[in-house]
Amino acid sequence: MCATCGCDSETKVSIHRTNQHNPLSLENITFTPIEAKPTTLPNGRKQLDLEQDILLKNNLLAERNRGYFMAKNVVAFNLVSSPGSGKTSLLEKTLLDLKEQENFFVIEGDQQTSNDADRIAATQVPVVQINTGKGCHLDSSMIWEAIQQLKPIENSILFIENIGNLVCPAMFDLGEQKRVLIISVTEGDDKPLKYPDMFQSSQLCVINKIDLLPYVKFDLENVKKYARIINPSIQFIELSCTSGEGISTWYEWLKKEVVEQTPIAV
Amino acid sequence: MHELSIVMSIVETAEEKVKENHAHSVEEIDLVIGDLAGIDSEALDFAWDSAVKNTVLQKAKRNIIHVPAKAKCLECDCEFEIKDQFDACPLCGEPLLQIIQGKELQIKSMIIN
Repeated sequence: MCATCGCDSETKVSIHRTNQHNPLSLENITFTPIEAKPTTLPNGRKQLDLEQDILLKNNLLAERNRGYFMAKNVVAFNLVSSPGSGKTSLLEKTLLDLKEQENFFVIEGDQQTSNDADRIAATQVPVVQINTGKGCHLDSSMIWEAIQQLKPIENSILFIENIGNLVCPAMFDLGEQKRVLIISVTEGDDKPLKYPDMFQSSQLCVINKIDLLPYVKFDLENVKKYARIINPSIQFIELSCTSGEGISTWYEWLKKEVVEQTPIAV
Repeated sequence: MHELSIVMSIVETAEEKVKENHAHSVEEIDLVIGDLAGIDSEALDFAWDSAVKNTVLQKAKRNIIHVPAKAKCLECDCEFEIKDQFDACPLCGEPLLQIIQGKELQIKSMIIN
């Protein structure tokens, strides 16, 4: 069944390296959390007191991904935004400008097509495309499968470009170290109030397309004020992928994160 | 609409538990859903009806225990109920809150037969 409308579409999640068409089926990984013994009720019925988090499997597998990243010293960023905010453009620019200095790997999430992965592949950075079919978010099992194919090397940076959607991806931990939310000035400056979960769960908010500020009704101070109401510790970087303004602040932030996430050698 | 993924996770857990206990189906299931858990009740109802078809949950009675959202003001430490994440502290008016309740999303219990 599809994860959007419940139709019986056979569209399955497919994960493949660009130019390689060998989609994997998602393996079922089972966890058996400790729980209370069932209470026997009349007529052979039983009551199970589970107290189990519905997202338990996703969260456990996310922790497993996080452990894998930490062990290999891979710094993973989950890029989230509405459709069209410029996630792929920001990625492309970052990869082209920094690929001589850092080792990058990319997981691209889209419902359909490998258009974005093809754009990333053109930068010569290894990329895996996840097509969720009808699904509206990536989850930790998709990332687990994708990293089996991508095999990020030690001391690298992994960008995970989530599905363009400010609602559903907020609930699904992928095992990333930092969640980076990208909004553009062509959107409403009240986005933080409309989509509080995403603003609350992100550590950095990149405000993109600032070269268009003179032409649109978007108040930078308003968006920051609203976002800080939801998440007082959220950081901001204003930039334009087109003009390049502010992009060096983003690179500095990235480099600082990489240094901070690097475990101290014993 | 992530509610369907949520219902499908519930179905998966229910199928596992029924199998483990050599039972046939779920008679009743109690879910705990916080008001800030990001679940839309109408979307959940819609998803539920389609996702439980031909599963152990098809005939289950579903009880939802709603948990009101509560926050603690980071300025004056007072605790109060909130409706939205951007509500201000009713005492000092500061908007800086720590959410302490209302994000719950749990299968509390189920009765199987």
